[in-house]
Amino acid sequence: MLLPVDSTEKLSFNRCIMDGDLVIVYERHDVMKPINVSEKGVLQNRFGVFKHSDWIGKPFGSKAFSSKGGFVYLLAPTPELWTLVLSHRTQILYIADISFVIMYLEIVPGCVVLESGTGSGSLTTSLARAVAPNGHVYTFDFHEQRAVSAREDFERTGLSSLVTVGVRDIQGEGFPDEFIGRADSVFLDLPQPWLAIPSAAKMLQQDGVLCSFSPCIEQVQRSCETLKSSFTDIRTFEILLHTYEVREGNLASLQDSDGVLASLKSSKKRPRSTNGQEDSRPQSVMARRIGEVRGHTGYLTFARLSCIG
Amino acid sequence: MSTKNSEENSSGNQNRRITWEGCSVLLDINDGDRVLFARLTAGSKVKIGDKNCSLQPLIGRPFGSSFQVEVGADGPVLSQIIPNAEGNNLGEKMDDQTMEECRDNRALVDNNTAQSLTGEDIDDMRRKGATGDDIVQALIANSATFEKKTAFSQEKYRIKKQKKYAPRVLLRRPLARSICEAYFKKHAEKIGYLRVDTLSLLLSMANVTAHSDVLVFDMLEGLVTGAVAERLGGMGYVCNPYCGTTPYPVSIVRMFNLSDETCKRIVHARLTELQPSNSGNSTSTDQLVDACNITEQKNENTVSPSPAVDLVNMEESSSGNMETDTNVAAFPKSGNSVKAGKSEDAHREVIESWKENGFSSLIIAAPNMDAWDIAKELVPLLSYSAPFVIYHQYLEPLATCMHNLQSKKMAINLQISEPWLREYQVLPSRTHPHMQMSSSGGYLLSGTRISSNDQAPINTNL
Ligand SMILES: C[S@@+](CC[C@H](N)C(=O)[O-])C[C@H]1O[C@@H](n2cnc3c(N)ncnc32)[C@H](O)[C@@H]1O
Repeated sequence: MLLPVDSTEKLSFNRCIMDGDLVIVYERHDVMKPINVSEKGVLQNRFGVFKHSDWIGKPFGSKAFSSKGGFVYLLAPTPELWTLVLSHRTQILYIADISFVIMYLEIVPGCVVLESGTGSGSLTTSLARAVAPNGHVYTFDFHEQRAVSAREDFERTGLSSLVTVGVRDIQGEGFPDEFIGRADSVFLDLPQPWLAIPSAAKMLQQDGVLCSFSPCIEQVQRSCETLKSSFTDIRTFEILLHTYEVREGNLASLQDSDGVLASLKSSKKRPRSTNGQEDSRPQSVMARRIGEVRGHTGYLTFARLSCIG
Repeated sequence: MSTKNSEENSSGNQNRRITWEGCSVLLDINDGDRVLFARLTAGSKVKIGDKNCSLQPLIGRPFGSSFQVEVGADGPVLSQIIPNAEGNNLGEKMDDQTMEECRDNRALVDNNTAQSLTGEDIDDMRRKGATGDDIVQALIANSATFEKKTAFSQEKYRIKKQKKYAPRVLLRRPLARSICEAYFKKHAEKIGYLRVDTLSLLLSMANVTAHSDVLVFDMLEGLVTGAVAERLGGMGYVCNPYCGTTPYPVSIVRMFNLSDETCKRIVHARLTELQPSNSGNSTSTDQLVDACNITEQKNENTVSPSPAVDLVNMEESSSGNMETDTNVAAFPKSGNSVKAGKSEDAHREVIESWKENGFSSLIIAAPNMDAWDIAKELVPLLSYSAPFVIYHQYLEPLATCMHNLQSKKMAINLQISEPWLREYQVLPSRTHPHMQMSSSGGYLLSGTRISSNDQAPINTNL
C-alpha cells in the first residue's frame, strides 16, 4: 500500500513485510523493481535467487540476501519510487514536473481534482497522495486498455478509494456534467488541450486552477489564446532537475605530475578506512553535474478561473 | 478519538474559497508590485498608495476577486471590480492586431512636454470626485504622444498610469505556493532563498501526506513547517526538533489559514527527548547544540553572496514591500499558540510512539548550518525505508553529507539535485523566456533510510 488511506492506519514504515505486500526491490538507484510478495514467490536477478518467504516478517528498509549471498534492499513504495518503476504505457511525468504541478494547482487534502489523460498514471499517483484521505481524483483517458491497466495499477498500489478512472474522449466531449462547478483543480496532458479548456472552465470552482502540460510551444500558444476568455493569472513554466555525482578522492599535486597524465585517485563509494599516512593531503569531496540528462519535458501552463463577483 | 469528525473539518479552512472574519489573506497590489499579508477583521486597515483603507469590505468575498480604491463620502473605500467584457487583466489586453503592427517608435520623442495635464489638474479632478479610472482616461486623452505609440507601448502606458492612479488589490489565498512566492520575491533571505519549485520538491521527496509524522528541522521561520502542515490536513504530525533551550521561531505559520485541528498537529520537541534514552552519542549532540547556538552569530558574519545584494537593491527601489511582520504582529491572539507563532510541546505519549516507530519522513532546511551535523542526529530517528530530504543553498555541505551517509551505510537512493525553473511570456508572435530568472533554487539531497545492522546470512529464525 502506497498511502495510509484508512484513517486508523498510521503511515509508519516500521511495519513488517507481509504476504501480498507491494515492495520495491532496490538494486541501485537506477535499478528497481516492484514486486508483490507471495509465500512461494522467488525473484531472480544478477545477484542470485531470492525467496519471498525470507522477506516476510522483516521490516521495510531491510537488506535481503540471495542464495549466493548477494543482496538487495526491500523498500516501501512511495509515489516517487512508483514513478520510477511503473510500466510505461505512454510518456509519463517525472518528479520535478509532478511536484510543481501539485503545488501550483494548490491541491490540499480534501480537494476534488479532474485529470485527462490518465496515461500511465504517474501523475495520478501523486495527485491521489495530495488529496488523501477525503478528496478524490477523477481521471479520464479515451484509450480503453490504458484505463483498464491504470485501474489495475491503482488497485495494486492501494489507491482505488481515491481515484476513479473513466473512459472518455475529453477533447471531443469535455468532462462529464456531474462535475460542473465542483473541481478544485484540473490537469490536462492532451495533444490538443485547447479543445478541452472550455469544458475545464465549466468544471472549476471560482479561483480554481487549471494546468496544461504540453511538449511543444505551438500547443502552449494555442492554449493560452483559448485561456484568455475565462482565465487570469496565466503563466507558463519549464522545470528541469539537474543531478550531481559526488566523488571523494585526491587530485594529483603538481610535484607528482612528472611526465604522466594525472588521473583522479578516486575512492568513489568505497570509504577509505586506511589510516596509513601514505597521503598527507586530506581527501576532498567533489561534485559535478551528471552528463546526459533530460533537457526538455514540456511546458506547464497554469491559469486561474476568473472570479465573477 | 473523534477521527471521523476531524477528517470532515480538517481540510475545511485551507480549502475555503470565501473569506471570513479573522481569516488570513494575501493582498496582491498592482499585479505583484507589492504583496502583503493581513488578517481580515472589521478594524484592520491597510495603506494603498497614499490612502488608508479598511479591509472590512473584503470579508465574505471570494478569493480571487479584485478591488479598487474609490473615494466615497466617508473617505477611501475598497470596492470590488466586477470584470466585464473589457477584460480584467492588467497585462493581457493585447489582441491580434499587435501582430500586424505597422506603427513604430521612430517618431517618438521622450520629453516631459508630452503630457499637458499637471499635478494640480489631477488634484483638482480628484476633489471633484473623479475616480482613478477617470484620471487614467484623462491622462491618455491629454498625452500628445499616446496616439503615435505602438499598441504595445500604449498598453504599457495605460498600465503604468492605472497602477499609480487606480491601484488594484487582488485577494489571494495564503497557501504554500503564494506565501513562498511572496517571500521569495521580496524577502528571499528570510526563507533561505528557498524557491517555490524547490519547496514543492521537498514536500514530494519527503512523501508528505495525511497521517504522516514528519520531522521538520526548519530554520526558515516556519515556511516549511506550514507547507507540511497544509499537506497533512490535520492528520499526522509535524514535529520541529530543536537543541538548546528554545524552539526555533515559526512565525510564517500564522499566515497559512490552518484549522485549529491542524495547528494542534504542529509540535516541537527537544532533540535529546527524541533520541533513545541510553544513547551514547551525547558528544555529537553537544556539537550540534553548539552549532545551533552559533547560527545566529554566523548569520551576521556570513558574507552575503551577490543575490542578497541584488535583493536589497530591489527592496530599496520598490516603494512598498511586504509588511508581514507589522501586519502579522497585529493579528489577534486566538488562544492557539501556533497562530501566535509558536508551536506546542509534543506530548509524552506521542514522543514515545515516535521513539518506538520512528518518523515517517524528515525534512531539513537550515541554510546556515552544516548538513551532516544535523543529518547524523536526525536520520536515525526515521523508520527504516523512510525518505528524507535536505535543502541547502550551497552544494558542498550536501556533497559531504551524502558521502558520509553513504560510507556509514545509513541511507541508500542518495541523490543531489538542483531544480531549474524558467518562466515564459506567451503572446501572439512574442513568445520568449522571461528576461530575468532566478539562477539558483538551491540544492537538495534526498535519500532513503535503511536498516544498517543487517548481516549476511539472514536471521535464521525468520
Ligand atoms: C502522455 S499521456 C499522459 C501521461 C500521464 N500524465 C502520466 O504521467 O502518466 C497522454 C494520454 O492522453 C490520452 N488522450 C489523448 N487524447 C485524448 C482524448 N481526446 N481524451 C482522453 N484522453 C486522451 C492518451 O490515450 C494518453 O494515454
